Amino acid sequence: MRHRSPRHRSLKSDPKAWAATGALTVVAVAAGAAWVASRNPRWRHDGRRRSDMPTLAAGRGARVERTVTILRSPEELYARWRDLARLPELMAHLESVTPIDEKRSRWVARGPGGTRVAWEAEITADEPGRLIAWRSVEGADIENAGSVRFTEAPGGRGTEVKVLLSYELPAGRLGEAALSWLWESGDQEVREDLRRFKQQMETGEIATAAPRPAEAR
Amino acid sequence: MMRAVCWHGPRDVRVDEVPEPELINPRDAIVRVSSTAICGSDLHLFNGVVPTMESGDVLGHEFMGEVVAVGSGCRTLSAGDRVVVPFAIACGDCFYCRERLTSLCDNSNPNASMAEALYGFSAAGLFGYSHLYGGYAGGQAQYVRVPFADVGAFKVPASLRDEQVLFLSDVLPTAYMAAENCGIRPGDVVAVWGAGPVGLLAIECAYRLGADRVIAIDRWPARLRLAESHGKAETLDYEELPDVVEELKQRTGGRGPDACIDAVGTEAHGTTLDALYDRARLAVRLGTDRSHVLRQAIQACRKGGTVSIPGVYGGLLDKVPIGAAFAKGLTLRMGQTHVHRYMAPLLAQIEAGRIDPTFIITHDRWPMSAAPEAYRMFRDKADDCVKVVMDPSR
Repeated sequence: MRHRSPRHRSLKSDPKAWAATGALTVVAVAAGAAWVASRNPRWRHDGRRRSDMPTLAAGRGARVERTVTILRSPEELYARWRDLARLPELMAHLESVTPIDEKRSRWVARGPGGTRVAWEAEITADEPGRLIAWRSVEGADIENAGSVRFTEAPGGRGTEVKVLLSYELPAGRLGEAALSWLWESGDQEVREDLRRFKQQMETGEIATAAPRPAEAR
Repeated sequence: MMRAVCWHGPRDVRVDEVPEPELINPRDAIVRVSSTAICGSDLHLFNGVVPTMESGDVLGHEFMGEVVAVGSGCRTLSAGDRVVVPFAIACGDCFYCRERLTSLCDNSNPNASMAEALYGFSAAGLFGYSHLYGGYAGGQAQYVRVPFADVGAFKVPASLRDEQVLFLSDVLPTAYMAAENCGIRPGDVVAVWGAGPVGLLAIECAYRLGADRVIAIDRWPARLRLAESHGKAETLDYEELPDVVEELKQRTGGRGPDACIDAVGTEAHGTTLDALYDRARLAVRLGTDRSHVLRQAIQACRKGGTVSIPGVYGGLLDKVPIGAAFAKGLTLRMGQTHVHRYMAPLLAQIEAGRIDPTFIITHDRWPMSAAPEAYRMFRDKADDCVKVVMDPSR
């Protein structure tokens, strides 16, 4: 193009114009990122009520949603998950789960900075081969609720396992620490737990490259 | 303790004393390694172009040997079995393994989240090939732990020598899948870039699958001679005939090859000083760089043809002529080899005397204690090196 617009020339020669353009770009990118984030349901606190998801009091909670497909039947996967006492074999952050009765169980997990968090949970929905949902009862260190749903995948591909977790945190320093810890590790934690669940159910073991048995998890 | 070839940084491999591996999972086996080869893809590690290597990592993914211990869940093997082990680790139970796409196994990479971040999804874990691929100790060692050994470790008869069956672990199935991916029909001309171990075997496999003519492209005289004498391929020395695309067109009646195999991969010329010099020289004279092979293959391939890529690529590739590939309606096929599915049929071919991959070996029974020298020799193609097979007991 032979003809150059005056604007083009001023951009080239005027450092202030450059700075303004740069600032505008930064703002635009940030706004775009915020918009994308707001569109991503996993990044949004979701107060909506769902049948498979016991909701907690609205507020500053963390929420995780993860799905994995496992080449086993919904019934097998449900049965393994429903055996709550054995869940710590699959979930790295759980220390123990002790059933109290048909509905209630006591959970102990590793929390932020070597702390230990404990809560009592009750099952709020239990549909064999389809769904388990639970929530903590009064007095939990970290109020939480979750569900796992088993849906047959198309074409003989096994079962889609969807986990929803939400946490509501106490006020104070533990709350602050726990919140940042959950934000940082919650999603990754669930992802790795589901991977272990899949490996265990499909292959009967959990892959490790540890050189010696003691170092394997 | 045992001896193993360990990575300590770019161009720094050493033979270290390390603890012997132990059984961890039920489906594990421990194999005492009798023969172990250096693969062209090990040179990417040696040159430091593969990320997530850690100092002390044990290298090696082309190995075989004798089972010395099996886990409680490994019911197909027993101590004393002589086995060849595929370079990719596969569980045999997931969707991909059931589809016989074993190099895409869902369950064998303990560091899957790392690969997911990079590639969207993780493929199978590999022996001795970075933490991105699982961080498994490799087989350039006296002993190796083989996970999912009931699916992976493949028994071979005592009547065949190590050298005849060792390459079932990687390069022979890789060459075969590369040729198979070409979808060869009678009358087809196949061009093969890189007359290294995979390229040389791919020439043989392409003929076996019905190719009419095979043209091998390289610059190392010894490799071109081997392609011609053993492979019965026509050869093209790209240092003498720099316009490879035009030359291929002329040799194929103006049509272009029906299929092109890129058996070179990401690192056409290495990263050492002399290789940098080579690259600069080539760049000036021939307009080539690291992705030049793939570019040439796409450019040279006839309309509607297939570009098959067994060569390893790890990251992003610059200036791939996707427009040419689109305009000509090319099929691109690539990926790590699904070794497990080729072992039995290729063993049958070896037993019947129809395939003998030993011709690629230029340095046999090399003492593993001299592995660093072997890596350098292989990288520099010194002593006309094509393939080094090491003896871990020496």
